Amino acid sequence: MLRDITLGQYYQADSVIHKLDPRVKLIATIIFIISLFLVQNMAGYMIAAVFLACAIKLSKVPFRFMVKGMRAIVFLLLLTVVFNLFLTPGEALVSVWKLTITKEGLRTAVFMAIRLTFLIIGSSVMTLTTTPNNLTDGMEKLMGPLKILKVPVHEVAMMMSIALRFIPVLLEETDKIMKAQIARGADFESGNLIKKAKSLVPLLVPLFISAFRRANDLAMAMEARCYRGGENRTKMKPLQYKRRDCIAYLTLACYLAVCIGANIFIHLPF
Amino acid sequence: MGIIKTEKLVFEYIRRDEEGNVEGITRAVDEVDIDVRQGDFVAILGHNGSGKSTLAKHINAILYPTEGTVWVDGMDTSQEKNLWDVRQSAGMVFQNPDNQIIGQVVEEDVGFGPENMGVPTEEIWARVEESLKAVGMYEYRKHSPNKLSGGQKQRVSIAGVIAMHPKCIILDEPTAMLDPNGRKEVVRAVRALNMAEGITVVLITHYMEEIIHADKVFVMDQGKIAMQGTPREIFSNVEKLQELRLDVPQVTLLAHELQKKGLDIPDGILTTEELVGHLGRVYKKDVEKCL
Repeated sequence: MLRDITLGQYYQADSVIHKLDPRVKLIATIIFIISLFLVQNMAGYMIAAVFLACAIKLSKVPFRFMVKGMRAIVFLLLLTVVFNLFLTPGEALVSVWKLTITKEGLRTAVFMAIRLTFLIIGSSVMTLTTTPNNLTDGMEKLMGPLKILKVPVHEVAMMMSIALRFIPVLLEETDKIMKAQIARGADFESGNLIKKAKSLVPLLVPLFISAFRRANDLAMAMEARCYRGGENRTKMKPLQYKRRDCIAYLTLACYLAVCIGANIFIHLPF
Repeated sequence: MGIIKTEKLVFEYIRRDEEGNVEGITRAVDEVDIDVRQGDFVAILGHNGSGKSTLAKHINAILYPTEGTVWVDGMDTSQEKNLWDVRQSAGMVFQNPDNQIIGQVVEEDVGFGPENMGVPTEEIWARVEESLKAVGMYEYRKHSPNKLSGGQKQRVSIAGVIAMHPKCIILDEPTAMLDPNGRKEVVRAVRALNMAEGITVVLITHYMEEIIHADKVFVMDQGKIAMQGTPREIFSNVEKLQELRLDVPQVTLLAHELQKKGLDIPDGILTTEELVGHLGRVYKKDVEKCL
């Protein structure tokens, strides 16, 4: 049952966005998120919406996959909206009992909702079009300069990619342990939350032990294959910027400029 | 001197209690001398705890001898400066197929060793292709290792070792966790490498069927070499093998029992065909006698 969980939600398709260098996509996502918090009016959000829509269209990923990511934050979204709506002081619009909706409250609530929605959809465009492996590679390369500050960039990236490799293995293992314990009368389903959490202990202990054993084996296997950290290591698939990556960077710069411009020069009544 | 040579190799595990006091010392490997020639297919047999895996880990410089010396391709493994050269010349395949695949895609895993060695990118690709073809896993190069069967995973692991261009490979019970089909797949791949590419193979196992094609067999017991010789020599001594708690293949056992009952069959039968041949001969002789 646990095996059905898919982690790393990569969607296979043949699109320009898929082919972009992961570094471009990472930077684009960061810039997009910054732009969302930079703009303060509707005009800015419209530009962001157009930009996002273009990216989605180019990525050839069906829109419903993007929306899937939204489900996880529906609660957070509602909470933000409600709090902003009622708790922002200012000019009152409607007042029911002790709750007052202010004009400013309405404005921030709507903006917050848009921001969060765009943020989630924007980052899903990245995760849906980039394999986890590619993503770690991109991060390793982007954070390369941090090596000077003795940040173990290569090691962190290696850890991430190994973690990703072992997620399905450990899930399978969890499944196996669960079944073994259910066969001997363990109950993971009934009871309240605390009882359920407690019943997970006998599941987690053997899982941890086996994970450590695996880590030990894997470390030995890596050493046996001459692994000695990032130094003098060559890459089988080195990242190289192509022409489309440059174009993407230019588009990104234009987008940011337009966003800032819209924020300063266009004043809509809301 | 051969490609792998050990002289009076001793390895001791020190057991400690919770406070770290020494409780006792276990001699896992006890004065072992082996000498493996370049290009040979050598099998090391032994039941659990006989010290065969400990011996294997010495050849790859994962463990260092307590006493004695191990040479791989003329290099002393206990010398720090030789470490990476030793590991490159003696590749190692482990027992658990899941715990030795690092990459998330088959080809990336095979490329891991060459990447570590600093091989240029184009050559890595060439090596990956060549080694995946050698084990017959080329069409799976884009697959995720999680989707492969045990035998396939083990073949990928072997490819990962070959891509480092080792002079010999040590397989530490590569088939212990596989089903009979997977076992056959792996053994076939290993034999092909030995015959076609001339790579020295050290196969550690407790399955007797897998050693039939070996050039030389060492049987280990309690850290010592208990028997050594060609497979036929080893299989001729069924009583000794049973004493060492090894499962003798059914054919060999049957031939042995028949021989004990007085049938004229030689020692050390290895395959069913061989036994059938001998039985046919014996039967013909009997018929002739009756006439």
